[in-house]
Amino acid sequence: MIPAGFSYVRAGSVEEALDELSRHGGAARPLAGGHSLLPAMKLRRAEPGVLVDIGRLRELSYVRADGDRIAVGALTSHRTLERDPVVAAQVPLLAAAARRIGDPQVRNRGTIGGSLAHADPAADLAGAVLALDGVLVARGPAGVREIPAREFFTGRCRNALAPGELLTEIRLPAAPGRSYAFEKFSRRALDWAVVGVAAQARPGGGVAIALIGMGPTPVRATAVEEALAAGEPAAEAARLAAWGCEPPDDAVASASYRTHLAEVLVTRALAAL
Amino acid sequence: MRVEITVNGQAHSREIEPRLLLVHFLRDTLSLTGTHVGCDTSSCGACTVLLDGEAVKSCTVLAAQADGLAVTTVEGLAGEDGLSPVQEGFRQCHGLQCGFCTPGMVMAATALLAENPDPTEQEIRGGLKGNMCRCTGYQMIVESVQWAAANGGAK
Ligand SMILES: Cc1cc2nc3c(=O)[nH]c(=O)nc-3n(C[C@H](O)[C@H](O)[C@H](O)COP(=O)(O)OP(=O)(O)OC[C@H]3O[C@@H](n4cnc5c(N)ncnc54)[C@H](O)[C@@H]3O)c2cc1C
Ligand code: FES
Ligand code: FES
Repeated sequence: MIPAGFSYVRAGSVEEALDELSRHGGAARPLAGGHSLLPAMKLRRAEPGVLVDIGRLRELSYVRADGDRIAVGALTSHRTLERDPVVAAQVPLLAAAARRIGDPQVRNRGTIGGSLAHADPAADLAGAVLALDGVLVARGPAGVREIPAREFFTGRCRNALAPGELLTEIRLPAAPGRSYAFEKFSRRALDWAVVGVAAQARPGGGVAIALIGMGPTPVRATAVEEALAAGEPAAEAARLAAWGCEPPDDAVASASYRTHLAEVLVTRALAAL
Repeated sequence: MRVEITVNGQAHSREIEPRLLLVHFLRDTLSLTGTHVGCDTSSCGACTVLLDGEAVKSCTVLAAQADGLAVTTVEGLAGEDGLSPVQEGFRQCHGLQCGFCTPGMVMAATALLAENPDPTEQEIRGGLKGNMCRCTGYQMIVESVQWAAANGGAK
């Protein structure tokens, strides 16, 4: 399978990437690790006229402790998240999610910015960033803005970025020593989650919980969070896992099976905390 | 566009279409057909090569993305003194039957041992998760990698 023709520009800096994106308007797409975009282009589900390759922007590949926040550059690979000592110490939930993505080859190429921008409802890092109350930093022709993870995912494979905007950084509250769990159920020969759960204990009690694969976007399991905050036992609270969700009913799993999985996986995540 | 890609230590400069995939650059442009295409959908790992030392699925990388970088394919593993330890391990432990998945398996195993010279069985299975084999049932592939780890590693 060969992608449709396009022209290729390799950006040497973030400024250059932004210039190229605005110069070509809607025809241009950024290319990061290419592990969502290139498969889609090979299937001709995406036919961008111009690819702006941001894959070599070292300036966007970093993990930094910045006061009580951890800043992760958008071009940081899944593989780096898996191994980075700052991630391991400060936001281990992110490492746990990264480790479960696909296979080593995919993790070598894929980036956190690409995964979030692609906005697949079953993306592992999307679940982790949502549970961690991450903030996404976007840079575009109109300047820099921050988008809370809760507002970033606007639909199946849709995000809140404006045309010509690049995701440059993900900011996460540091959570050293906080207990966390990442539970994912996938079919044996498929790495993507049918359903997954990212959870982290909150500092003052209670738990932040995000679900993947349970609707058009990753979502917070608000009903479970509230029940736990109100002192309900975990088993009771977990029953509310799919509350408000519209799980897909497709060839991978029925909506009712996904609903069942959500409850089971939330139960396991709470037990692991 | 023009790309310069070093493959198995030899620099190649070629005029290509931007949409050319790395696997086709290797197989069709350079006639290095050791790298296989199994699924063409990023799943099977038969097309695995090393890009600047990291295992990648070359059906999911543009040749343009490899411009200026170094690629190692299965043809680049054997040295003056014969097969690499991973290749020899597959021979010693019968790590292949039809051989279709083998180049990808060997490259993924080489990358694994470069990073983790003494992997556990579980780590070997995890390291080869992106590579599928329709013949062997994997057990002898795992044994081949264990043999390689004990006999020189990634080389
Ligand atoms: C075989 C296989 C198995 C996989 N399994 C899993 C899995 O189990 N779990 C999982 O979560 N993912 C999985 N993935 C997806 C993988 O994590 C991708 O790497 C990821 O979704 C996209 O990241 P990328 O850097 O490759 O982005 P690309 O493919 O380069 O880009 C994806 C999209 O985001 C846009 N984009 C990229 N970077 C930016 C940016 N900085 N700012 C704005 N827009 C941007 C692109 O224009 C494109 O629309 C799998 C992929 C494959 C091929
Ligand atoms: S041919 Fe590349 S992964 Fe199957
Ligand atoms: S030996 Fe035949 S596919 Fe692996």
